[in-house]
Amino acid sequence: MQDIEDRDTEGRRHFLKCMAWAGTGTLWLMHGGVLKAQPLTTQGATAVTDATFSFVQISDSHIGFHKAPNMDVAGTLRQSLAMINAQKKEPDFVLHTGDLTHLSRPEEFDALSGIMQDARMAKVFYVPGEHDVIGDNGAEFFRRFGERQQSGGWYSFDHHGVHFVGLVNVLNLKAGGLGSLGADQLAWLKKDLAGLSADTPLVVFAHMPLWPLYPDWGWGTDDSNEAVSYLRRFGSVSVLNGHIHQIQQKVEGNITFYTARSTAYPQPAPGAASAPGPLKDVAPNDLHRYLGIRDIRHVQGNHALAVTEEVMA
Amino acid sequence: MNVMSWMLVVISALVLSTAALSPVMAANAAMATPAKPIAVDIRDFTFAPKTLTVSAGTRVVWTNRDEEPHVVVSAGNQFSPSRALDTSDSYAVTFDHAGTYTYYCAMHPMMVGTVIVK
Repeated sequence: MQDIEDRDTEGRRHFLKCMAWAGTGTLWLMHGGVLKAQPLTTQGATAVTDATFSFVQISDSHIGFHKAPNMDVAGTLRQSLAMINAQKKEPDFVLHTGDLTHLSRPEEFDALSGIMQDARMAKVFYVPGEHDVIGDNGAEFFRRFGERQQSGGWYSFDHHGVHFVGLVNVLNLKAGGLGSLGADQLAWLKKDLAGLSADTPLVVFAHMPLWPLYPDWGWGTDDSNEAVSYLRRFGSVSVLNGHIHQIQQKVEGNITFYTARSTAYPQPAPGAASAPGPLKDVAPNDLHRYLGIRDIRHVQGNHALAVTEEVMA
Repeated sequence: MNVMSWMLVVISALVLSTAALSPVMAANAAMATPAKPIAVDIRDFTFAPKTLTVSAGTRVVWTNRDEEPHVVVSAGNQFSPSRALDTSDSYAVTFDHAGTYTYYCAMHPMMVGTVIVK
């Protein structure tokens, strides 16, 4: 009996340890057209009450991955979704910024769908990661999770005066290159934004970073400059990405770029290892490297002060 | 030394002398069987060796040594792409015709390699 209890405790401790570094998600609060980030906790965010609305970003769930440092990626995703459900004010929707699965296998997509259904997530908007489009150019991904607006899989929608754009930058990648949007998508994006006034708040999301975060490791998108040039005239722009399994931020004019953590496993900081990939040995003493960073940035826009804030709990 | 031991010594000597006489036979055997497959390791998001020169008819075997999956795909669609190669998975292509075959990882396109077939 003693033995079983010990093992249970050990398992739980390990699970909690995983949860400490695996990202849970980011709660995004919209305040008068300005996006503000909060850590997703079981307590719920205090600032939610005066927000216009909120949504949650989760990323890189990698269902199917089953190695160190996380043997239970389904469990850590479920935990993240439980935190979404624990919010006092229900977020309006969830964005999943790609790499739902590890190997694009049907059973992995099934498992992801099942977990989302079990957690009774309201609306979830997805964009694919490169792990979701293996072998079929994303056909299965788009069949199951696509918004079916454009044949290429990209889409936009409006919510409480904010224009959201979901982009696909993991298909038709060229030898020697990075992520790619492609001419068709760029033409669509230009047209999609053309009719909007400059004071429309924008939220643009895609899997791979839409800025040259670390091209040596493929962390960027070949034609992101063109896309970003269409965004510059707007007063409040937030670009949300996944892919690199850690939080990185950059502010450029009125545009704030943000990459989310993974719900599955962390990756090394740019250049901190010989190559990207799962950080296998996450020692308890090293946990602070993934925790406790507080980063506040202000962007003086045309109309409002854009603030992004990230606290890693 | 008993009789059994003597016999073993004799047999060993016969085997050794046969081996010493056999280089010609060994060369003939090598001609008859296909060339040995050449290995390309995928490690730390690179192909090793990055450039490989082989003779026509050589089988090239890629093996993923990373934790991250990779997909071997021909840049000019000159050979069929692999499926997703998880850790320790392999993929093989036999190159029957001379030419330069550039390939990359469909998931991490900065990973590029070349097979030159003479």
